[in-house]
Amino acid sequence: MSTLVAIVLLLALTAYAVLAGADFGAGFWDLIAGGPEQGERPRGLIERSVGPVWEANHVWLIFILVVTWTAFPIAYQSIWLTMFVPLSIAALGIVLRGSGFAFRKAVTQVRFRRLFGGAFAISSVLVPFCMGAVAGGIASGQVPSGGKAGDPVDSWLNATSVVTGLLAIAVAAYLAAVYLVWDARRADDLAMAHYFRRRAQSAAVVAGVLSVIGIVVVHSEAPHVFDGLTSRALPVVVLSVVCGTAALVLLARDAARGARVLAVLAVAGIIVAWGVAQWPYLLPETLSVSHAAAPSGTLTALVVAVVLAVLVVLPGFVLLFVLAQRRLLPDEGVPDVGDASLHDVPG
Amino acid sequence: MSGTVSDLLAVASVNPVPWARSQMAFTLAFHIILVPLGVSWSFMTLIANYRGVRHQDKAALLLAQRWSKYMALTFAVGAVTGTVLSFEFGLLWPRFMGRWGDAFGVPFAFEGIFFFTEAIFVTIYIFGWRRLSPWAHFWTGVPIPVAGVLGAASVVAANAWMNSPSGFTLDSDGNIVDVDPWKVIFNDAMPLQATHMLIAAYVVGGLLIASVYAVGILRGRDDRYHRLGLIIPFTVAAIALPIQMAVGDALARWVYNEQPVKFAAIEMVPKTRSDVPETLLGHLSSNGTVSGGLPIPGLASWLSDPSTGKSTVVKGLDSVPADTRPTTAEVNVVHLAWDVMVGLGTLLFLLAVWYAAALVFRRRMPTGRWFLRAVACSGILAVVTMEAGWVVTEVGRQPWIVYNRMRVEDAATGNSGVWITFVGLFVLYAALGVTTILVLRSMSRRFRRRGGFVDDDVPYGPSGPPAQREPTDDSAKVGSSP
Repeated sequence: MSTLVAIVLLLALTAYAVLAGADFGAGFWDLIAGGPEQGERPRGLIERSVGPVWEANHVWLIFILVVTWTAFPIAYQSIWLTMFVPLSIAALGIVLRGSGFAFRKAVTQVRFRRLFGGAFAISSVLVPFCMGAVAGGIASGQVPSGGKAGDPVDSWLNATSVVTGLLAIAVAAYLAAVYLVWDARRADDLAMAHYFRRRAQSAAVVAGVLSVIGIVVVHSEAPHVFDGLTSRALPVVVLSVVCGTAALVLLARDAARGARVLAVLAVAGIIVAWGVAQWPYLLPETLSVSHAAAPSGTLTALVVAVVLAVLVVLPGFVLLFVLAQRRLLPDEGVPDVGDASLHDVPG
Repeated sequence: MSGTVSDLLAVASVNPVPWARSQMAFTLAFHIILVPLGVSWSFMTLIANYRGVRHQDKAALLLAQRWSKYMALTFAVGAVTGTVLSFEFGLLWPRFMGRWGDAFGVPFAFEGIFFFTEAIFVTIYIFGWRRLSPWAHFWTGVPIPVAGVLGAASVVAANAWMNSPSGFTLDSDGNIVDVDPWKVIFNDAMPLQATHMLIAAYVVGGLLIASVYAVGILRGRDDRYHRLGLIIPFTVAAIALPIQMAVGDALARWVYNEQPVKFAAIEMVPKTRSDVPETLLGHLSSNGTVSGGLPIPGLASWLSDPSTGKSTVVKGLDSVPADTRPTTAEVNVVHLAWDVMVGLGTLLFLLAVWYAAALVFRRRMPTGRWFLRAVACSGILAVVTMEAGWVVTEVGRQPWIVYNRMRVEDAATGNSGVWITFVGLFVLYAALGVTTILVLRSMSRRFRRRGGFVDDDVPYGPSGPPAQREPTDDSAKVGSSP
């Protein structure tokens, strides 16, 4: 049963990475899109793409937190005691990100749009870094078991954590750019498709380089995970690399649709490979999944909740994405039909 | 690098417990204002939407459309402040979660489902105005209040579990070895506490929204649009208010039976006795005497159990050792909060009676300036009432985080940097609150500037949008995900 819940947790992490990750990545491109005029078109595309889906994507994070504290309370205690600083920064960043984005849509003056947009964009970079750093700290055994706190600083500012944090930013940016290429193409905006295609390629290269550095760092700092990556998780790693490379090829050939699927698989591969490599440990080499698990009654309740979620939430989720893809959910913001102030709004 | 930061942390080394309590209280107090909007505003929007579509009522439809746009903003703010709370379980109370997470966490697993559903359908509803058919669009809104109610009930179930922990077996070391999820969720305190909060959500949401339109009418915008904007939410709140009084009364009696120390704090009863007066206001001093206030002889005893009347014995604070009950200062806070909740709740109830009487005897809503002024104040008063009620249940449980099982100081984090996050969040939330109100107001001004019922402003318009809109708005509406 604890294995099943661990798999659910890993899948939820994967879903969060490929869905919400892209929303954060869009914030990264928003951040470096340049001044109000230069960045008007990419920011407009980002806003329309992220607008209808980010809140639903964000819920995956809540789901991950809930599953962790309910199914693996002891591990949860250790992680949060140790990772107080990065998780505090992430919490502040999440407030700034969500509210900044929502406020930017709701105001028309350029001055305020820049302020809120800045909050949205900067925190979109900060949050994935912190999340990645926490993951790196866990993987490299910085979190002690037994509900104790590890080092408040070294636990997330060691080589593995920093590389993982940067990798998280790069992967998020990569995914976002790939999705935005697709969105731009569907909107027949070839200039924007080109714009994000080049950025997707750059981000892919950066992510690839960081992955290689990551493997080297993991080799010295997280030997258990390294052994896992080169043995039982090897097929997943290979799949991820192949998909990533193929996605690059398809991007170069302007096949946005296929590139999108492959990019998702490549990123999902990274998360799944980490989970498989770390198995059977939740906190490598000190706390295993089965030892950390809550009593069976709790795990059963969680599984029931997950089944219910599949029955209730999944149809809604599919409906949301189908409607969004069929453009039945036009992003209105405040300046809706016939609004004179529409012309003041970038994007 | 590690050295400098550690030094800094050492300088700032302070007891994290009071900071953790303050931060949790502050962020919860903020979030709880957004909860009623999430839970009940969608319901009122659907009433307006139904009316608009069924009776071709343009004003109602416009109201529903604008409400959904405001709701988009408050829902987003509620989503992030709710996320902060779930972070705080780990950041501030890691030892609580480590020890009790396997039981306490269960209701949240179900809350997750409902929150997910709510987020999905809120999005579809808000973005679906122009392209979905009227009834299809209406039905995409129906899951929102349902999920809102069930989600809020799940969260309150977790809080109720802290008041009435059940559904688990401990081994000799005090670790949880077995959990009965059903008994965790449907713990003793849950049915009444969840009902009380949900009805509060409808009262607060209804009055808060009605108060905005009352102000509008008072400022001379007395049109059908504003009247509907007052009548729909106010009627919902007016129906909820008498139910709330009955539920609150039942809940108080539950507290009398199951959490006698909290009840003693509520009624300010230092020593166990019968014929306890209901003291309005007043003050408990550290030597255990009650001074000031207006005592109504025997009423507290009588209300606790009408069947035995004034001879009902009410347990006092002295029924448990001093270190297992709220401090004197906390008792005074609980008692004052209780008086505020009951007092303001009664005033709001009288306002609902005024409204109902006018409907029954005059066949129309009261439109006098004094009624409108009262409604204009009722929104803020309802928020204060709800906050006071929440203070009663939370402070009244002290010093326990899990009633009679775990003390707050044993649950808190050992991280001495909590004061930094508290200051950071305080500043951030202050900015967030002010900005939310300013943005809502600027939206309202912009709506108003655009004026009445221009043709393109009507939802469910022709599916081919006006040509000028094509390039800026309609050409690129797609999701960002596969």
